[in-house]
Amino acid sequence: MPLDFYLNAATGGLLTGLVYGLSALGLSVIFGVIRIVNFAHGEIMVLGMFATLLIFRHLGIDPLASLPIVAAGLFGFGFLLQDMVVRRVAHLADHMQFLLMAAIAVVLISLCLMLFGPDAQGLQVDYAYESFAIGPLLVDKVRVYAGLAALTVAGLLFAFFRYAPTGKAIRACGDNPVGAQVVGLNLRRLYALTFGIGTACLGAAGAIMLLLVDVHPYLGPSYTLLAFIIVIIGGMGSLPGALLGGILIGVSEAVAGLILQPSLKSAFSFGLLILVLLLRPQGLLGKAVR
Amino acid sequence: MRRILEGASPRARVLLAALGALLLAAPFLVDSYVLSVLIIVLFFAYVGQAWNLMLGFAGQLSLGHALFVGIGAYASAALFVHFHLPPWAGVFAAVALAVLAGSVIGYLGFRFSIRGAYFALLTIAFAEFTGIAVAHVDWLGGSGGLFLPVSNRAHDDLANLRGSPTMFYYVILTLTAGALALCSWLLNSRLGLYWKAIREDQEAAEALGVPLFRCKMIAVAISSGLSGIGGVWYAFYYNNLFPETTFGTSHSIELILATVVGGVGTLFGPILGAFVLTPLGEVMTALTEGIGIDGVKPFFWGLAVAAIVLFRPSGLWPWLYRLLALGNGTRGGPR
Amino acid sequence: MAGRRRAARLALRGVSKRFGGLQAVSDVSFDVAAGEIHALIGPNGAGKTTIFNMIAGMIRPDSGQILLDDIPLVGRRPDQICRAGVGRTFQIVRPFSQLTLLENVAVGALSWTDDIDTARAHAREMLALLGLGGRAEALPGEITLPDRKCLEVARALATRPKLLMLDEVMAGLRPAETDRMVAVFRRINRDTGVTILLIEHVMRAVMALSDRVLVLNNGRVIADGSPREVTRDPEVLACYLGSEDLG
Repeated sequence: MPLDFYLNAATGGLLTGLVYGLSALGLSVIFGVIRIVNFAHGEIMVLGMFATLLIFRHLGIDPLASLPIVAAGLFGFGFLLQDMVVRRVAHLADHMQFLLMAAIAVVLISLCLMLFGPDAQGLQVDYAYESFAIGPLLVDKVRVYAGLAALTVAGLLFAFFRYAPTGKAIRACGDNPVGAQVVGLNLRRLYALTFGIGTACLGAAGAIMLLLVDVHPYLGPSYTLLAFIIVIIGGMGSLPGALLGGILIGVSEAVAGLILQPSLKSAFSFGLLILVLLLRPQGLLGKAVR
Repeated sequence: MRRILEGASPRARVLLAALGALLLAAPFLVDSYVLSVLIIVLFFAYVGQAWNLMLGFAGQLSLGHALFVGIGAYASAALFVHFHLPPWAGVFAAVALAVLAGSVIGYLGFRFSIRGAYFALLTIAFAEFTGIAVAHVDWLGGSGGLFLPVSNRAHDDLANLRGSPTMFYYVILTLTAGALALCSWLLNSRLGLYWKAIREDQEAAEALGVPLFRCKMIAVAISSGLSGIGGVWYAFYYNNLFPETTFGTSHSIELILATVVGGVGTLFGPILGAFVLTPLGEVMTALTEGIGIDGVKPFFWGLAVAAIVLFRPSGLWPWLYRLLALGNGTRGGPR
Repeated sequence: MAGRRRAARLALRGVSKRFGGLQAVSDVSFDVAAGEIHALIGPNGAGKTTIFNMIAGMIRPDSGQILLDDIPLVGRRPDQICRAGVGRTFQIVRPFSQLTLLENVAVGALSWTDDIDTARAHAREMLALLGLGGRAEALPGEITLPDRKCLEVARALATRPKLLMLDEVMAGLRPAETDRMVAVFRRINRDTGVTILLIEHVMRAVMALSDRVLVLNNGRVIADGSPREVTRDPEVLACYLGSEDLG
């Protein structure tokens, strides 16, 4: 019985972890190519969650069906944000970039606050309480769908960077911006695309996440920190690393939640972050370049 | 004082003297509301000065300075609540613990070569971790918060830091002036020049005989110690401490905002930034109160900060310095 | 300054360094006698800068010994090696860009004095020596590239080295400026006796300055002798053929 208990929690954590991983992918893509640390990460994801909620309420569309719409919307948002604002601080010191992103985060939180109020809001799909029985395991349907959806989007992203000419060009920019410019790539446009792709990941992750949790404006910072932890554990700029880190955090969070008080869960994540920073700062799958 | 004024024009000297006189006389000139705003201004100016020493002088970005303020606050408050230890004695424990925390982070960060954004994340992680830990220690009030007894407010008791806002005002004014003098002296010392060299290019500095590790450790120790003192003042002024608001990343950001807006790496940047931002926040509160919707104030607040980053990226002080022609043209730039 | 002799003897014994699959330096041994000027020449990638970085402590050799007046340098930090008497310049100039020229040079002088005013005074002397006396309050970005090279030298000299290592300080200078630099190094060497090891591609400067020339190729010493001997060495000529002008 206790073993089943842990296995159930671990499976749930694994599926949630895939969604975490997808969200962290958004952070990793932006950092890996543009070298901007997106401190407004969680807030942008919350924006995606609210958008999904609106679509569900007014049009009755399931989050998984509205995922492409939300992702497309946030792609546009990210594209414009990079091209009109973030681009202008690329030459500034780290702390100025950080401050700009933090200011953007504050603006987004307060925007959500003004539009939706401070209370937690959620949605209920009709399959909310159904589950699949796999051997001894009993897994929530929403979680399975969420994990599969996250995996699909991540797979599309991998394929894009591997096979699409634009994806390859973006990778080239990340590896060697000067060289990319020399061979005639339009850095400004590719950076905007990259930021857009990063925020589109967040939109997708937000839409999926709304199946699992309720949304409120102050959710942002905790998602930002979570994504940082995941990306650093997986390795900044490594896409498979982000997914692996997400799974690792998802599972350990779920299991730790059984053993520790819930309030200590995040202490566990921060402890893990400190350890990884000290022992393997390039992350589990990152390249040792520093 | 001589060092602070080095390279300043006569106009700057007059302005500085006038500002000093105004600040000294402020409690007799303004009402209690304005005084309360000035008190917050000076607190941010003081902590900003401490943080600036680490990033602006020595080039090490900390985004977890709330940790040092929080440790100082909690240490002195807990000793006062449980052992009736007066803050003038508690401040030693506060500084010792804050410096210890700073040294641990610095030691790990510098020995393991964690730089830039990664070092910043390390400071965030330590601050958040400590906040969660404090929330689980009943002796420190747990997540419910630690409260100082609010009594004896009738007369000023400097030794126990119990008294009127005017007393707190003069305490924080003294601290701010002291931090300014200390930073100014350090900046013109051998250590200060070493810090600036490290900030610009640490490998070139090392090749010129600068002991990197020692210099960076000293910067972190002084910065965290000063922040710890600020924490003592913070605890006794506000009388209540909550783990999340004290150690959280948003508190860290709040503490560094004035310096970034005023100008990182300058002596007067933290002070100017605090004098701009805090009143700006107050004005926004007043303007948006009538609207009655949450989030209006932080919305405009965020836009204002973003605008400063985008349009005055080196801070307001260097710009004001040129605008008012405060230099006498002998030295490189604003200080 | 004259009369204060500070020269050191440098010895490398079987020094090797490997970067991944590349043997950057293999089993290099040579001696620089106190007070002499030696040049280190060789094609790009021969391992010259790697040798500099190992002497200065920025890179740790895989094997071998580096001795400064019989004091082992391997394992010491760059700042300790600087204080032991090794001053170096960087191939690509690395000024502290927000510090004035005077402050840039004063950082070097602080390696032997605690007093900031003494350091500033010494920095002024060094700037004057390198022809930058009038620009003490300028920022590095406000002076020309040849002047920045002089700044780099002034900074290294300010540490009062016993061994001065110059990494391509003449590159990109006009002939007249090269001659000025050569004269400065001659004078410093004569006045203080400092030992100089230079990496140089400008043969005009190498021939004019050096007591001895070491030729490196693929991480090995292929010739070691007087400038005249080295330029006649068939192996040296073969390795330079068509790529460099030895005139």
